This record gives sequence, C-alpha cells and structure tokens, in this order.
Amino acid sequence: MKTVVQCEVNGEPREALVDPRDTLLQLLRDRLGLTGTKEGCSNGNCGSCTVLMAGAPVCACLVLAGEAEGAHITTIEGVADGNDLHPVQAALIQHGGTQCGFCTPGIVLSAVALLAETPQPTSGQIRHAIAGNICRCTGYDKIVTAIAAAAAEMQAGARQ
Amino acid sequence: MIVDLKHIGEMCSVVRTPDKGWRIGAAVSVRQLGANGDLARDYPGLIEAAQLIGSLQVQSRATLGGNLCNGAPSADAVPLMMSIEARVEIAGTRGRRMVNIESLPVAPGKVALTPDELLVAVLLPPRPARSAARYLRFTPRREMDIAIAGSGVAVRLGAAGEIAHARITLASVAPVPLRATKAEARLIGERPTAALLAEAARIAAGEAKPISDTRASADYRRELVAVLTRRALDACVAEAGVGGSKP
Ligand SMILES: Cc1cc2nc3c(=O)[nH]c(=O)nc-3n(C[C@H](O)[C@H](O)[C@H](O)COP(=O)(O)OP(=O)(O)OC[C@H]3O[C@@H](n4cnc5c(N)ncnc54)[C@H](O)[C@@H]3O)c2cc1C
Repeated sequence: MKTVVQCEVNGEPREALVDPRDTLLQLLRDRLGLTGTKEGCSNGNCGSCTVLMAGAPVCACLVLAGEAEGAHITTIEGVADGNDLHPVQAALIQHGGTQCGFCTPGIVLSAVALLAETPQPTSGQIRHAIAGNICRCTGYDKIVTAIAAAAAEMQAGARQ
Repeated sequence: MIVDLKHIGEMCSVVRTPDKGWRIGAAVSVRQLGANGDLARDYPGLIEAAQLIGSLQVQSRATLGGNLCNGAPSADAVPLMMSIEARVEIAGTRGRRMVNIESLPVAPGKVALTPDELLVAVLLPPRPARSAARYLRFTPRREMDIAIAGSGVAVRLGAAGEIAHARITLASVAPVPLRATKAEARLIGERPTAALLAEAARIAAGEAKPISDTRASADYRRELVAVLTRRALDACVAEAGVGGSKP
C-alpha cells in the first residue's frame, strides 16, 4: 500500500507517494527528480548517495522513504546559493578534487556536515569525515586539500 | 506494514538511572551517543567502540540495539558492553524481561529473542570508582572495515592497587563474542605488572577459537588477541589507576 510522505527538501516542502519498501534514495531520485544524489553500491559502503537529515550525513540507500516523514533533508541541489557555489564546491573545482564526479555530491555533503560542526578541521578529521565516501579517481589528496581550503575560506568569510 | 521504532520515546532517549547507571534506548544512534558528554565521561570506551562502526553516515543510523541484534561476532560495541556487564531490557507480547547481554548472542546472526520480542534498552551499571573499560580492534584498513580481532576489557582496581575485578570479551574469534574467563581469573587479586598483563593476554589468546578465512588466518587472529588484550589491559589499568574518574 502506498502512502504519502511529507518532508522538507532543501528548504522546500515536498510530498510524494511511496511504497513501504522504497528507499529515501528512490524517493529523491525517482519521485522528486533530484538526480544529483548518486546510487553506487546500494549498501552503505560507497557514500555516493550521502545526503543530510537534520544536518547528519546518511546514506540515502539505507533510509526508508517512509522515514523521511517530517524530516529536513539537504541534497546536493540545495548546497549552492543560487549560482554561487558553496565554498566546498568551489574549492573542489579549484584544487582538482573531482574527476569523473560520481562521488562528488556525496563528498560535498560529508564536507558540509563536517564544517558545520568542526569549522577548523585537521587533515585527520577531514580524512575521517570522508572515510565513508569512496572515490576511485583522485586518490583523495586533492579532496582533502580542497576541504581544508574551503574551511579556511569560510573562516576568513566569517571574520569579515 | 512497517513500524519505525525510532519514534518510540523510551527507545530514543539516554537517561541516568537512580543508581547512577545509564539506560540507553535501543534505537539511540551512535551519533547521538557521542553527543552525550556525561555518558562519555563515565564510559568513554563505549563511545569510542561505537564510533568504530562503519562511517559517519552509518553512525547516524547505527544503534547499540542493532549492533547487538545483528548478531555479528565482530560487532564493535558488544565486547565492551559485555565486559562492563551491561544488561538489556526486552519487551514482548508476554511482558518485559531483563537479561545479561552475554546471554543474547547465540550464533552468527542469531540472538536469543523470540519473534515477538524487541530490545528496548541497554542498561549500564554505575561506573565503579577506580575502574576503566576499553575496546581495541584490528582491521586491515583503518576505516570502513570489519574487525578481524577485537578485545573489550573492563578492570577495577582495589584499595592496594591490585586488580579487584576484570572482564575480557573477544570479538571475531568465535561464533559469538567470547569471554576469556581463564585470563580474567589469572588477573584477580594480583598487582597489574606489565608481565602479568602480558601473561593474561597470552592466556586470552589461548582461549580464542578463531577460524582461518580470506580475511585472516587463525594464527594471526590469535596473535592479535594477545596484542590487543595486552594493550587494552594496559590502558585500563593506567586509566583506573589515575582515579578512573569518580562519576
Ligand atoms: C557500510 C557499513 C559498515 C559497517 N561497519 C560496521 C563496523 O565497523 N562494526 C560493526 O560492529 N558493525 C558495522 N556495520 C553493521 C551495522 O551497521 C551495525 O551493527 C549497527 O550497529 C546496526 O545497528 P542498526 O540500528 O542499523 O541495526 P539494523 O541494521 O537496523 O538491524 C540489525 C538487526 O537487528 C535487528 N534489530 C535492530 N534493532 C532491534 C531491536 N531494538 N530489537 C530487536 N531487534 C533489533 C534488526 O531486525 C536486524 O535484524 C556496518 C554496516 C554497514 C552498512
């Protein structure tokens, strides 16, 4: 039996009809058309489908769509401010922290969640925060550099 | 119909019990646990062990109840909970019951719950003075990997600095988390010298019943048990000795 789920995605109220077996990932991609969230392994290992629920990073493939009822969800589509990229996105471009791009939405959300709680992370904290995001292109170094640069940029912005 | 257990109040809260122990709802996420400063002061080793589970994404979802009921011999939060003698509260159609965590795991993927039963909460005893508990594991990769061996140790020191109480529970070296009772017995009443702790750790390695598989050989796992148990004992003795934080 399908049920209606009401939630807030990227600050906007959304509503969709879901099957009890649907995942949040299916809700986002197939029902709401938010295909920026990528499906990789479908079992929580790769982190491609990372989104934020109440600010906490989760793999959308491991959340049932029904659990989204009343939830506040942030996907990659809600990270930039209009045409202004989030500092994490800008830094990933600037430092070459993205190649094929498939893991990038998930990495961005993991980094956004990290910087919200830890504005000045160490390199170790950055590596730990993205340990659940697999990237088979970059070798991670440039991603870590980019997140550190974004943190510095955001700190400088906050001081102004 | 699917019922979401994560909206049942008592399953989602962490509260201090009147005896100064803790009642942790079975559906509290590891992320929430880590945010509880008072719990972290009493049982830093439990938080540390739970934070070994998967990634931060997994920890936003993973619960102690799930870690237990999953029935994995490698479950990272279980050995320490067993060593501190935590209990669980179980609710079923015939009422509620309380059991020691140790009686829950029965086989890989299987726990002693009937189909109508639900784990409601994990109960931690008050932390004794001059005590400490720590869990150490080894994974081939630093992150996002499953323990090929682990050791959860709890130690309490007596007035003369001797070991008054000790529990050692091993991960990934038996079909269920395994108490190393002979090693524990060797420690009781003795002064915690480096030689004694190393000897007890060796005994624990002898008690392990590991298998060889693609991830590690039985010999290697046994060797890891000795090293991890010795290090966990060292850490607990040091921590308990410097006061072991009076709650
Ligand atoms: C990518 C990934 C990495 C992982 N890494 C680790 C790791 O490093 N270490 C580790 O220990 N585990 C790991 N796990 C396994 C798992 O995430 C943890 O064991 C977690 O603690 C399970 O909790 P959960 O709440 O998600 O349980 P679920 O997965 O929802 O449930 C697990 C089982 O327990 C049952 N169950 C859950 N809660 C209750 C309850 N209250 N009463 C009765 N039955 C219940 C469920 O029906 C199910 O059979 C990993 C999992 C993934 C996907």
